[in-house]
Amino acid sequence: MSEALPLFFIILGITFDLFGCIGLLRLPDVYNRLQASTKCVTLGTCSILFGVCIKFGLSAAGIKSILCIVFLLLTSPVAAHALARGAHLHGIKLWEKSVCNKYEEDRNALS
Amino acid sequence: MKFMRWLLGFIFLAGLIVYIFSFLEASAPTKLMLYLLICFLLSMFRIFRGPTAADRSVATDILGILVVGFCAILAVYTKKDWYIDIAIAWALQSFIGTLALAKFLEGRNFDE
Repeated sequence: MSEALPLFFIILGITFDLFGCIGLLRLPDVYNRLQASTKCVTLGTCSILFGVCIKFGLSAAGIKSILCIVFLLLTSPVAAHALARGAHLHGIKLWEKSVCNKYEEDRNALS
Repeated sequence: MKFMRWLLGFIFLAGLIVYIFSFLEASAPTKLMLYLLICFLLSMFRIFRGPTAADRSVATDILGILVVGFCAILAVYTKKDWYIDIAIAWALQSFIGTLALAKFLEGRNFDE
């Protein structure tokens, strides 16, 4: 039991990392790629760190891995949002089959 | 032509995954690390062949996150605690680097 549960979480995390990287490779647009690859942070790497935390138990390394999970959950959406905003202000076009562009409308309405 | 390229990539990736899973003579931690190395390979491909600068920035961000997971797996299977410290420091540096790249994409300088 104590051997199987960390291995399960680590395998789940690696599977989601693989899916996120395939999405990074296959999707047509910067924004779509960002949306697919941010998933591999939250459920991929955090799941690996959670498995490591179960494996080490309540020791220094386990508490440090919980700290790393908290830090990743705080910083990674901020970084993704900053990248999307920077790419939009840089002037990169959306995919030609995209449906709506609310951020452009908001910027036009404000200025 | 585009379908042929898609099929070639799919056959290569699926063959690699099936080969590592069933035919390779290695222990289980080595196989897990090899799957993470496939992830590194895919995002490196996007860094080499991204059409714009924003694609390369996104792929670099994801590469930093994958290194954190790799350090965590190394900490389990070598039983050395200080790999977790490397993971925390790498996450912090990756966050700061990504913010700097995003500000650079907006067209501003680094020190504003």
